[in-house]
Amino acid sequence: MSNIFTVFKREFASYFATPVAYVFIVIFLLLAGAFTFYIGNFFERGQADLLPFFNFHPWLYLFLVPAVGMKLWSEERKSGTIELLLTLPITMWQAVVGKFLAAWAFIGIALALTFPLWITVDYLGSPDNGVIFASYLGSFLMAGAFLAIASCLSACTRNQVVAFILTVVVCFLFLLAGYPLVLNFFGSWAPLGVVDAVSGLSFLSHFSAIAKGVIDLRDVFYFTLTIGFWLYASAVVIDLKKAD
Amino acid sequence: MIETRQLCKRYGEFVAVDAIDFKVEAGQVLGFLGPNGAGKSTTMKMIAGFLAPTSGSARVCGHDVVADALAAKRETGYLPEGAPSYGEMTPRRFLDFVAEARGLRGARRKQRVEEVIDRLHLHNVLGQSIETLSKGFKRRVGLAQAIVHDPAVLILDEPTDGLDPNQKFEVRNLINAMARDKTIIVSTHILEEVQAVCTRAIIIARGRILADATPTELEARSRYHQAVSLTTSDLAGARNAMSRVADVAAIEYDKISQRLTAIPKPGRRIFGAVGDALKAQAIPVGELQLESGRMDEVFRTITRGDLGEDIAEEERA
Repeated sequence: MSNIFTVFKREFASYFATPVAYVFIVIFLLLAGAFTFYIGNFFERGQADLLPFFNFHPWLYLFLVPAVGMKLWSEERKSGTIELLLTLPITMWQAVVGKFLAAWAFIGIALALTFPLWITVDYLGSPDNGVIFASYLGSFLMAGAFLAIASCLSACTRNQVVAFILTVVVCFLFLLAGYPLVLNFFGSWAPLGVVDAVSGLSFLSHFSAIAKGVIDLRDVFYFTLTIGFWLYASAVVIDLKKAD
Repeated sequence: MIETRQLCKRYGEFVAVDAIDFKVEAGQVLGFLGPNGAGKSTTMKMIAGFLAPTSGSARVCGHDVVADALAAKRETGYLPEGAPSYGEMTPRRFLDFVAEARGLRGARRKQRVEEVIDRLHLHNVLGQSIETLSKGFKRRVGLAQAIVHDPAVLILDEPTDGLDPNQKFEVRNLINAMARDKTIIVSTHILEEVQAVCTRAIIIARGRILADATPTELEARSRYHQAVSLTTSDLAGARNAMSRVADVAAIEYDKISQRLTAIPKPGRRIFGAVGDALKAQAIPVGELQLESGRMDEVFRTITRGDLGEDIAEEERA
């Protein structure tokens, strides 16, 4: 546990050692605001909720989370520090989880900094704060799932740009897994069971379920499982590819 | 203590390390020599626990590097090739991180970090990010992290690569100072380094051990072992006088250093006889030197000899 924390601290501090962290946070907040007010018509809707805000999170994460996660392992491999990290007396699992948690916490901070919106909507009307809290939780879990995918794909290459693009593509597929674009692709040849299974993988449907204010354990479990799976895959990929 | 048994690493068809067997005890400094791509780094990576062996085993202080990986890693300090480190960190934070991951806590950690900062003279760069440091300082930061937990076993992959002569000298002194109670493996391209720090040298080429001996023994394999070299104004006379000594096998002249070298027949000593012969002919001699052997020549003979065999094999096929 303390090893995970050691890795976490180093990784987390590394985000703030360069301007990247601040640039990311500013862009995240600007985009979140722009989506909410201009495209989501926050004021014109005349409703005291944060739906227009949360509705855009999946699309915001689609590009911003891969940007945070792309360096997780590809940079370690490129600079050779992976050799240093993995010859410390820590397990692969501790390294993978520690680094992941650091990036997740960083996204969590960006997400938490959107709190003025919550205050605004609370000031203007009387929203259901339970729903808003659930939405924040769902959004954070979804960001974690995106990030776990980024972690695994970042381990596949020493090139951050490649990691970024791969992650965006895979995240996009997961996001739309329940929608015709992806389902039609599978529907043409795969048996019905597979198509159903794929549609069940959609980030979007699981997220919108939570964002409605219903914290169904199955949705929470889905995201946790997705994170666990992709982190496990990260460890496997790192082990396989560390020689090159 | 480090022990490897039939240690192998294969990448598909390619055999990077081929059944390497050796044992290093505490107090020994083992030099790993070999051409590029010989398998030195791969062997070290396996002992450090970064790569898993394809077959065979390695033990560090009795702990198997695969089955008991964490215990083995705890005993090991490792400087990877190129001394990688996190560029955005300052040396102090980086060393704190490594010390913490190595399980050092509280006052003990502070004390150890201060100690290695002292030892590697990092005081002036502590607040600078590592990526802005010169190559020499980066290497020293890498060395500092390798020894911060005072490990029983040290594995240093080209620790002096890219350093200037003064820095090389300092790093060698550091290794010598730590050698008394530690087991150290150093890989290097620099042959003089083997004489400067190693108590034993292993020459590897294409994944196999070709020689395992003390540096002195290796030098003795040179045809220049016990050779006599000199500078003189009367080249022809000196050459003539030396050629009359019975045990001289050959005489060479090096235009660049302007030295005349008499090479003895294997196992013979000619220093006295050559000296007498020159004196008898009254040849003016500038410098007269007895050679202990030339490491580079031994290295070439051993590693090329291996290559030669293979070429011969291929031709036969």
